[in-house]
Amino acid sequence: MGPAELAEQVRTRFPETLHARGEVTVTVAADGLLPALEHLRETEGLKFDFLSSVTASDWPDLDPRFWLAYHLLSNSFHHRIRVKVGAPGPDPRVPSVTGMFPAANWYEREVFDFYGVVFDGHPDLRRIEMPEGWKGHPMRKTEGMGGVNTQFKGAFIPPPDQRGV
Amino acid sequence: MAAALNEGRPEDVMRELPEVGGTETSQGTTVQQLTAETMIINMGPQHPSTHGVLRLVLELDGEYVVSCRPVIGYLHTGIEKNTEYRTWQQGVTFVTRADYLSPFFNEAAYCLAVERLLGVEAPPRAQVIRVMVMELNRIASHLVWLATTGLELGAISIMLYGFREREVILDIFEMITGLRMNHAYIRVGGLSMDLPEGATDKVRDFLKLMPGRIREYEELLSGNPIWRQRTVGIGHAEVQDLLALGVTGPVIRASGVADDVRKTEPYCGYETYHFDVPIRTAGDCFARYEVRIEEMRQSLRIVEQCVDRLEPGPVMIEDTRIRWPAELSVGPDGIGNSPRYVKHIMEESMEALINHFKIVTQGFKVPAGEAYQPVESPRGELGHYVMSSGGLRPHRVHIRGPSFANLQAVPLLVEGSLVADVVASVASLDPVMGDVDR
Repeated sequence: MGPAELAEQVRTRFPETLHARGEVTVTVAADGLLPALEHLRETEGLKFDFLSSVTASDWPDLDPRFWLAYHLLSNSFHHRIRVKVGAPGPDPRVPSVTGMFPAANWYEREVFDFYGVVFDGHPDLRRIEMPEGWKGHPMRKTEGMGGVNTQFKGAFIPPPDQRGV
Repeated sequence: MAAALNEGRPEDVMRELPEVGGTETSQGTTVQQLTAETMIINMGPQHPSTHGVLRLVLELDGEYVVSCRPVIGYLHTGIEKNTEYRTWQQGVTFVTRADYLSPFFNEAAYCLAVERLLGVEAPPRAQVIRVMVMELNRIASHLVWLATTGLELGAISIMLYGFREREVILDIFEMITGLRMNHAYIRVGGLSMDLPEGATDKVRDFLKLMPGRIREYEELLSGNPIWRQRTVGIGHAEVQDLLALGVTGPVIRASGVADDVRKTEPYCGYETYHFDVPIRTAGDCFARYEVRIEEMRQSLRIVEQCVDRLEPGPVMIEDTRIRWPAELSVGPDGIGNSPRYVKHIMEESMEALINHFKIVTQGFKVPAGEAYQPVESPRGELGHYVMSSGGLRPHRVHIRGPSFANLQAVPLLVEGSLVADVVASVASLDPVMGDVDR
């Protein structure tokens, strides 16, 4: 089944299905996430039983501000789909999918660490990449890069977006 | 304490912990009850056998591992965040440093994703060279795996052999790209430069040398009783559990799953190459070793086909709005823009000069959208998820590192085993911490 046919089949259940550049994207509401993944995993002919990755992106000008992306793969048919969920800021929450896909455990921790998205029902939501005492969520667009203090008196290398070209 | 450590494990993959040391004594109490104290030790982050800076918090009952909790993040360098502040083309130099043992795969995945957003495709010669350097890189990466795993399990000679042959490959890379690692050779739209003279001869020499060397490794290890004792039946896990945890690559192929992105979702023209996907079904460390050895042979097959089908032609797309404005050549003072190109922009064409500075300092815009490009790296499915908001810089680049997912399976592999086997199990996953922490 090619991406176009896949998009057709998925669209019958999820109206917000997009087929672009050979990739299929389904957008669902946060409370519809678990049923959607369940449907994609269990339906005959879809069988999206492998979670490749979970990640997020930050769009400060959009509402919802945070967009989660779940990349699913079918081990039987080798087709892929992306499920997107919006989470409104500044205190974004989405349900955890660790119960359905144990692989999501670290990925959700990473998204929590980087973006501050809280996954309801995650068994162990702690920081994973940043140090435990870190303040803030570094991948948010509102957090800058930070420069580097050098050993030389008064010398400071500004972050890349503030360097004069 | 065990309960506290076990909190937060996905329920599906939690195994019943074996009653280690629980033999009954004549009084009816078990040794377990007599020595109920378990010991927590830190393995790493500076342990020599943790492939960089992996930290494992092990709860031990004597020599047995009761529970294991991997702690990562010691090599987090903010590569993904950095790409958001650089131009699209500069992104290559960042992502190549993620999985430092297989830089070409990072570059290829990123460039293929950006090219898909741009709606362009690299010229055929660039595609063939991409496949060639990627497969050579796969051999180099597996050699490092073989060498370090051998060292960790006490086989010192294989360490020397593995690094010896890897050096030959790195020499080829240095000749082609100018660098031994972190090449930034694959660029959006093609390659940074064409193959230098003599490069294919050097690759052909390597193709003659390598099959005999792989045979040597096998003769040294496959029948070696110590190697077999350390690997056969060690680090075994059920294939459903591994899949549930997102494990890919040689590890899952050693458990009988024939998944290889090169076959299932070909890119760079992999569908036109003849090669097999080696499978083993034992699902232990030895099977993973066998799969990797066989993969090196298959990579040699692909490299041979690449060298045979190399046709002269451009290695960068023609579109001047995207292509890197350069024409590199080797001069007496190293690699630089060729005198012909410098003359062109400095003396002949003002427009060419403007275009040069515009592309180099400002870059190009990429249409808004998102793309996920998986490639088969030596460690499994490496996926680059690239988002553009239509600007000069990526809005978001996420690297789905195979090591990150594979490392989640460590507790599954080691709980209930001996401490010494932790080293073998972790090594058999071939984690690269740069790929894990990014």
